[in-house]
Amino acid sequence: MMENTKPDIKNEAESVISINGLYKSFDDVEVLKGIDFTLLKGENMAVLGKSGSGKSVLIKIIVGLLKPDEGEVVVLGKKVEKLNHSELDALRLHVGFSFQSSALYDSMNVYQNLAFPLTMNFRNLSKIEVSDAVEQVLESVGLKDKIQVMPSDLSGGQRKRIGIARMLILKPEIMLFDEPTAGLDPITSGEIIDLINEVRHQNNASSLIITHDLTCAKNTGDRIAMLYEGKFLTPGKFETVFDIDNEHIKGFYNYNFTR
Amino acid sequence: MNNSNIKKYLFSKGIDNAFIGVRKAYGFTALFFKEAFKKPFHLREIINQCLEIGLKSLPLITLTGFIVGMVFTKQSRPSLEEFGATSWLPSLIGIAIVRALGSLVTALICAGKVGSGIGAELGSMRVNEQIDAMEVSAINPFKYLVVTRVAATTITIPVLALYCSFMGLCGSYVNVHSEEAISIFTFFQNAFSSISFLDIFSSLFKSIVYGFTIGIVGCYKGYNATQGTRGVGKASNQAVVLSIFLIFIEEIVLVQITNWIRYF
Repeated sequence: MMENTKPDIKNEAESVISINGLYKSFDDVEVLKGIDFTLLKGENMAVLGKSGSGKSVLIKIIVGLLKPDEGEVVVLGKKVEKLNHSELDALRLHVGFSFQSSALYDSMNVYQNLAFPLTMNFRNLSKIEVSDAVEQVLESVGLKDKIQVMPSDLSGGQRKRIGIARMLILKPEIMLFDEPTAGLDPITSGEIIDLINEVRHQNNASSLIITHDLTCAKNTGDRIAMLYEGKFLTPGKFETVFDIDNEHIKGFYNYNFTR
Repeated sequence: MNNSNIKKYLFSKGIDNAFIGVRKAYGFTALFFKEAFKKPFHLREIINQCLEIGLKSLPLITLTGFIVGMVFTKQSRPSLEEFGATSWLPSLIGIAIVRALGSLVTALICAGKVGSGIGAELGSMRVNEQIDAMEVSAINPFKYLVVTRVAATTITIPVLALYCSFMGLCGSYVNVHSEEAISIFTFFQNAFSSISFLDIFSSLFKSIVYGFTIGIVGCYKGYNATQGTRGVGKASNQAVVLSIFLIFIEEIVLVQITNWIRYF
């Protein structure tokens, strides 16, 4: 349905996101101090770090919400900082973003929240096509019965699911999750983790998961990178990363798993 | 740094910030005109906003317009009675309401009600990342949120101002009728006898300017809100204060221009 009308983004390279020498500061505070990494096609990467370490800044730069001070961000073969407004919008149709706060439009019900990105971007879609797409994504997140509910009447976990559904409705090739389990109880966190893995397989997409929850990182990430003082510490598989004798990594592990 | 230097530093920083603010507001307004004439026009959202602004302001405008007309008539009567000129009341009230009060009262009410609402709504959307969510979904939030709201205030407030003037004349008629036998037809005929096309045109033009001001200021403050919920309150409050300030300045300038045209 939508695939035919989406602007085509050629992706001949294996990597879907490639970042080189990324720097970002706010006033005098340096947040990112030379980030380099690559996200491969079909890969899930989890970025761990303390609150305020610049994790959210990193994905906001990837999606073009923030501009880097220095460095190169290449997403699906396009240099983000060089794109004009319409080129950036075309790229954003291929990059989904799930916000920490879910960021649901509180004046719209669940149906309208999900239909909104579709109707605004694909104006030739019929009402039935939109309705089918909404029902399909709602089914994939297990909340078909909440279609007419207002966001204020949803629980925290349900809001996260609807936020993910809103991202999925545009069928992105890359999914960016900002703290998907923050503020949720362990059971609901587990459900969201399962959902992230499910939608990854359903959509055959690559994901970047920003989190401070080790359980989430361990269960969703093929690779893990820890952001510490503006730089990545030893990216790699979960076991490899937490095998390294580094006090910050050990401290993070101990806080999450041995308290 | 000693105290005197700190004061000088803060003073110069304040001036810098004021100029930066003016520059940003200018950029915001310029962006409005750039986006307003580009497709898509979001006509449905403009109509929704017009209805939202118009219908929700209608009871307050009705009441205020009616009372202003009635009170103004009541206060003017003794002065005219001294000269035996109470028959001039409809003309006096007509001129006062159509030339000045109708558009000004409507603008002030809408600055408080509509401007603060827009400031709070967009401010809340900004701090809750809903505007960012639109942007990452490849939707232009400026066009969808700002252009539609400013267009709606610019269209709706002149209509409300005309309605407010009509209600003011109705309020005046009730007061005049309670003191002397005059038909509503004669009252309106007398009231409109002193009103020229220029009066109605200038009043409408002023309302268009006020409507644009209320919309753009509310959107500017809300769209650029920061600092969480405190920022939302601040945006809403600043939207009202700045709109009212600008409306008074515009009133002075536009009245002066209208008078030049009138006596040209």
